[in-house]
Amino acid sequence: MSVVVDIALLAFLAVTAFAVMKQRNLFAVAMLSGIYSLLCAALYTMLDAVDVAFTEAAVGAGISTVLVLGTLALVGHKAKKPARPRLLPLFVVLITGGVMVYGTLDMPPFGNADNPAHQHVAPRYIEKSEEETDVPNIVTSVLASYRGYDTMGETNVIFTALVGVLLLIATGEQSRRIWSADERNGGVFEESSEPVEDGHG
Amino acid sequence: MDDRVILRVGSKILIPFILLFALYVQFHGDFGPGGGFQAGVIFAAAFILYALVFGLGAAKAVLPPIVVHTCAAVGVMIYAGTGVVTLLLGGKFLDYNVLAHNAAHGQEWGIFSVETGVLVTVFGVMVAIFYAFAGRRRAEP
Repeated sequence: MSVVVDIALLAFLAVTAFAVMKQRNLFAVAMLSGIYSLLCAALYTMLDAVDVAFTEAAVGAGISTVLVLGTLALVGHKAKKPARPRLLPLFVVLITGGVMVYGTLDMPPFGNADNPAHQHVAPRYIEKSEEETDVPNIVTSVLASYRGYDTMGETNVIFTALVGVLLLIATGEQSRRIWSADERNGGVFEESSEPVEDGHG
Repeated sequence: MDDRVILRVGSKILIPFILLFALYVQFHGDFGPGGGFQAGVIFAAAFILYALVFGLGAAKAVLPPIVVHTCAAVGVMIYAGTGVVTLLLGGKFLDYNVLAHNAAHGQEWGIFSVETGVLVTVFGVMVAIFYAFAGRRRAEP
């Protein structure tokens, strides 16, 4: 049964990817990307990685789609048709894909208990997590306790992403002050100096 | 804006449940799928839905940008602060065992604390990035 579902989901993934490739209307592309993420989330669920599936559905299908739509409201939603068919990108994609498939040939069989991933620290987490942390969900105990440093790094990465976005495209009270200073020096940012109050919704 | 009654009423009904679901995901993360990352995103999604339906101005009145920017920084501080507290209590950095009278309880408290930090940061960052994107005016060609 699960094989049938897997094949169906992967077929839908391929169809969605081709649709994204052929589509020139970027609104449709944004929606299709959301569908692609949702299908990925379903695949993760099939692989019993429910925490990853949850994140993919919330971030990939939810927030990312909204952010892409917000960007499209700024830059327009028509992609230019390329003047001539470009063969170099196709060539690069085919080579990269071929190398990745070649790489998977060496991988140990999926779900095998003897795989290296299941040999090192995983058995200890599975055996001791309950008694050491009193948290039944091992994903949570690994994420927040055994690998607490990594998660702190990730939290910092998310924070840094915000700092980057704000430095690049922020509007609002603080940036208006900065920009009005720029205007006095020649008005480089004059166009964007007033924040829009009611968004694109 | 005013004629979209179904959107407005529908989102008004949905938003409290989205917020509640985010809290469920946060506090149920010890037992089932979920945790700070997912809960933060869902919590942010409720406010983003509000901004999409009622306009960015209304959303910023409910949740001013200064608050979300502060949230983004405070979450990281909660996480790192947990580590500092364990240091002060005589353990290693982020060694939760020292947080309570026995090790397993300490772990529970530590995990709760850092997950809260993650929730607050992710919520703040997601809403702030949305504000940043939605607040820009379209450049005239």
